Amino acid sequence: MAVFRAASDRALLVSFGEEVTAEAAASVARLTHSLEGLRGILNLHPAYVSVLVEFDPRLRTHGEIEAQVRLCLNAPSGTDDRFSSSVSSDQGISSYPVVASYQGTALAVPQPSDPKGFSPCRTVEIPVRYGGDFGPDLADVALRAGLSPERVVELHSSALYLVHFLGFSPGFPYLGGLPPELATPRLEVPRKLAPAGSVAIGGSHAGIYPMDSPGGWRILGRTPLRLFDDAATPPALLAMGDHVRFVPIPEGRP
Amino acid sequence: MNRIRMVEPGFQTTVQDLGRYGYAHLGVSASGAADALALRAANLLVGNAENAPALEMTLTGGAFEFESAAVIALTGSDFGAGLPLWTAIDAAAGSLVRCGPTREGARCYLAVRGGIAVPKTLGSASAHVLSGLGGRALRRGDVLPIGEEAVRRPCSGVHAPPPYVRPAVLRATAGPQADWFASELYRAPYVVTEESNRMGLRLHGPPIPSPAGHMLTEGVALGAVQVPPGGQPIVLFVEHQTTGGYPKPANVISADFCRLGQLRPRDEIRFEIVTLDGALSLLRDQEQWLYSLL
Repeated sequence: MAVFRAASDRALLVSFGEEVTAEAAASVARLTHSLEGLRGILNLHPAYVSVLVEFDPRLRTHGEIEAQVRLCLNAPSGTDDRFSSSVSSDQGISSYPVVASYQGTALAVPQPSDPKGFSPCRTVEIPVRYGGDFGPDLADVALRAGLSPERVVELHSSALYLVHFLGFSPGFPYLGGLPPELATPRLEVPRKLAPAGSVAIGGSHAGIYPMDSPGGWRILGRTPLRLFDDAATPPALLAMGDHVRFVPIPEGRP
Repeated sequence: MNRIRMVEPGFQTTVQDLGRYGYAHLGVSASGAADALALRAANLLVGNAENAPALEMTLTGGAFEFESAAVIALTGSDFGAGLPLWTAIDAAAGSLVRCGPTREGARCYLAVRGGIAVPKTLGSASAHVLSGLGGRALRRGDVLPIGEEAVRRPCSGVHAPPPYVRPAVLRATAGPQADWFASELYRAPYVVTEESNRMGLRLHGPPIPSPAGHMLTEGVALGAVQVPPGGQPIVLFVEHQTTGGYPKPANVISADFCRLGQLRPRDEIRFEIVTLDGALSLLRDQEQWLYSLL
């Protein structure tokens, strides 16, 4: 059930509950895709359980946008095969099991072994050089978790992550599925520079900094892949609904 | 093709149009002119489409040399160029337009008939300064081509500045977490701090108590007033993050985005709550003023 709130005089926030569930993620993706390119709609900001719809207030009203959203949500499940199997399955995947809780916010991770789980159309492998200059916070994360750095790398690179959405900065993926042992609070004082490609942990989420930027997430390693290229089509390497696996690059390999 | 040369670039001069829409779902905020009303007016005055790329100067303007004759317009704040604002001006071949420190607000626009012809990135010529998308701040010696994209004759006459840019009051509608807050935001004045830029305006004033609720990261709108745990509000501006996790008691109205673009560090503002209908009526008035230039 969607909840509608005016976020500004030209933005409507559409929310699908308060918890991170597969259903909410599917609704977010479906709504984002079906509103793309419609006249009067300027921008769509998907997140864990909500989509902010920014529109031209000279052409559209909140009421008209709400009606449009209801139409999209009531339409038969669209062509987005990335999500359709979990949406149309009459078994109904109502939610991911909640396996981690950070600062009171229930957070869920996909269970790739669950046969009824999310069925993605692609899994993107992200090569990572862990530790050293590439991962200045690896030792600290290991210390806080009471694990060896090697074990942290093993856990981090064995999980299957879901791209909930891209946000914050161009191409930055918010990844669900971090093993709960690795959840680590953000740095108290954000770094002035998190280099492009930094593979990081923020609370119970994982992410990758696509470009040099300030950042408060703890950096475990760095990928040589380019996550955002404005000359490419599409410009972002990852898309909502993709799955991601981190693959360690052996030391000494160029 | 005529060209414009940066003899002095000024403090932060960039090429801006009305922004890069349609990519927020990839994490790309729109960017675009900080005072879009002034940019649109400058373009209309020289006979361009409203969205034509022009120069945005910040706090201290630059000096610009035109290779051939051009029709230009200066709008926004008076940066002491010694030329009238809000009117089309003929600039002779080889002439130099020299701007200086601002005498009023934060930004001055220089539009050239035909538009600044820089390549577009994801559909827009706007520089997103913090990410580097679409270009960077201009440097001494940069030369920019002037396009031939004018759509009508330049406007005649000198116009009065728009009556909207008195930055002392920011009108706002209730934000998505308005019911988490009492009315503290509206009680006292706030001062714009030095740590303000195109990404956001950081304000300083009586701290706003942090509400108890827990938030999931959600999409944020232009002009959102967010309150981090420290209680000092931040107004998200044209290069804002596309998503954020801080609660938002209010959102500045569309008609006052031009005020945001003209605020300087140390300026004092007050927030005033208005209804959605009130906000739209103020926007309609502003649009009417803009098209009265034609």
